[in-house]
Amino acid sequence: MSSALSREDVAHLASLARISLSEDELDRLGAELPAILDHVAAVQGVVESAGEDVAPMSHPVPVANVMREDVVRPGLTPDEALSGAPASEEQRFLVPKILGEE
Amino acid sequence: MTTATQKIVPFDEAITRYDPVMGLEVHVELNTATKMFCGCATAFGAEPNTQVCPVCLGLPGALPVVNAKAVESAIRIGLALSCDIAEWCRFARKNYFYPDMPKNFQTSQYDEPIAFDGYLDVEVPLEEGGTRTVRVEIERAHMEEDTGKSLHVGGATGRIHGADHSLLDYNRAGIPLIEIVTRTIHVPAELAPAVARAFVTQLRDLIVALDVSDARMDQGSLRADVNLSLSPKDSGVLGTRSETKNVNSFRSVERAVRYEIGRHAGVLDAGGSILQETRHFHEANGSTSAGREKSDADDYRYFPEPDLAPVAPSREWVEELRGTLPEPPSERRRRLQAEWEFSDLDMRDTVGAGALDLVAATVAAGTTPAAAKKWWLGELARRANEDGTDLADLPITPEQVAAIQGLIDAGRVNDKLARQVFEGVLAGEGTPDEVVSTRGLEVVSDDGALGDAVDRAIEANPDVAQKIRDGKVQAAGALIGAVMKEMRGQADAGRVRELVLEKLS
Repeated sequence: MSSALSREDVAHLASLARISLSEDELDRLGAELPAILDHVAAVQGVVESAGEDVAPMSHPVPVANVMREDVVRPGLTPDEALSGAPASEEQRFLVPKILGEE
Repeated sequence: MTTATQKIVPFDEAITRYDPVMGLEVHVELNTATKMFCGCATAFGAEPNTQVCPVCLGLPGALPVVNAKAVESAIRIGLALSCDIAEWCRFARKNYFYPDMPKNFQTSQYDEPIAFDGYLDVEVPLEEGGTRTVRVEIERAHMEEDTGKSLHVGGATGRIHGADHSLLDYNRAGIPLIEIVTRTIHVPAELAPAVARAFVTQLRDLIVALDVSDARMDQGSLRADVNLSLSPKDSGVLGTRSETKNVNSFRSVERAVRYEIGRHAGVLDAGGSILQETRHFHEANGSTSAGREKSDADDYRYFPEPDLAPVAPSREWVEELRGTLPEPPSERRRRLQAEWEFSDLDMRDTVGAGALDLVAATVAAGTTPAAAKKWWLGELARRANEDGTDLADLPITPEQVAAIQGLIDAGRVNDKLARQVFEGVLAGEGTPDEVVSTRGLEVVSDDGALGDAVDRAIEANPDVAQKIRDGKVQAAGALIGAVMKEMRGQADAGRVRELVLEKLS
């Protein structure tokens, strides 16, 4: 079992995922997250025991070069595109103001 | 460091104490008909959200498929930059939360770029005359997708700060981009700004020759970022770098490098430290201002894109594409110089002004090389300089320049009137022919009207006329001047001279 994650690590992960966590939650997740890491570590173990003969795989089937011709296909109308948006204005998606970021 | 306390050290002084460490990143928007991973159209200037689909809007369940033409363009760019082409490479997700990418990640390439380890030899104009060839090494060129366009509403200036909300148009989201990244460019400090400009200018020439992009800096289809830090002279100590983003003209690339060198020197002289941050370049006064601070907390959590199959260009395909490459730029420059019979200085000025392709296109449209150069490096360069824009972005085409020269050659306008034709075309008054007729610029070569004017000039200047009769042909200038004045410049001076001499022989 991995040791608990520091509060700083959990806070960093939370900020990357844009999740706001309370002080209590930071502590609780710091203790719980190692269980998930352990689970992933099991996969790491397989990689290590397989050695260099087995390359890490990012895709389930050994296929490459799946491409399409450069031909325009009809997409969505603006109405269709905006139909799922909570708010829109001037045929554009309206999003809340963006603070502190570029 | 606030703006108020910021001291900008003059460039010439800064480089006596510091060496710039510079790298450039250039984004090229490809001119494919469709986006990188979906079949949406890519037309510039379309109505908002008319070129979108579930893939580029990041709707659940949508499956991206790579555009073969975009991969082909990426390989051709890589080959033209003398890069190695990956035998196998993948796309990766660059995760970040920002509404310009509705997927919450940008599909890019991470540690497996399609092209790597190349170079571009650029001709850098020197202040003292002549050029110097500098090899700019290319670290990588990789495939990725452009982001959507944000419109910030509510702020006084249209910028993010102070905005109430933002409006997003995703037409541009997913358009194929090739990002070209140089290695650190090692050149004498005083050359750094000119090298940066020459690299971007000549990279653009190459991209245009490959016909893979419109490569228009003013429209954002070619965008340059300048990464710069200073190292105290001979110290070997590396400084912290700033990244000046989306500099949108060749001239601005040079100005951005100069400004950042002076700014860094000012901060370092004062004992301060440079923030690792992005900077925005301001066209109006050539300065930069702070953008987003970058830090180790930047964590894009790249991982291989599971929805896209790897790209493994066969060696046969790569060699086939190598066969389609245009003449390498340095060879092309040598060939054109010989064909045009330009001196080294003429050529340097032409390349330095970013006018090589424009002159070539004007010559191709039937103008002599000397005349093409005269207009692009004279009248038009002056105008571009006044407007603070690049020559290529002036609203006049090489074909129109050739047409105006054609009017001169046909004797329909003289050089002076031609300048007014240029003015009219640049002001959007139509084709050269239209400008001539609406502004009434055509020269009078009708012998009747000219003959009458010549007679009047002779009558008004009997002394001059007598001198000419006595054989002092050089005195004809005074009569020609009088006629031109009467005709308000709209006379064919050569024909006036002939008439004067005929009448007084």
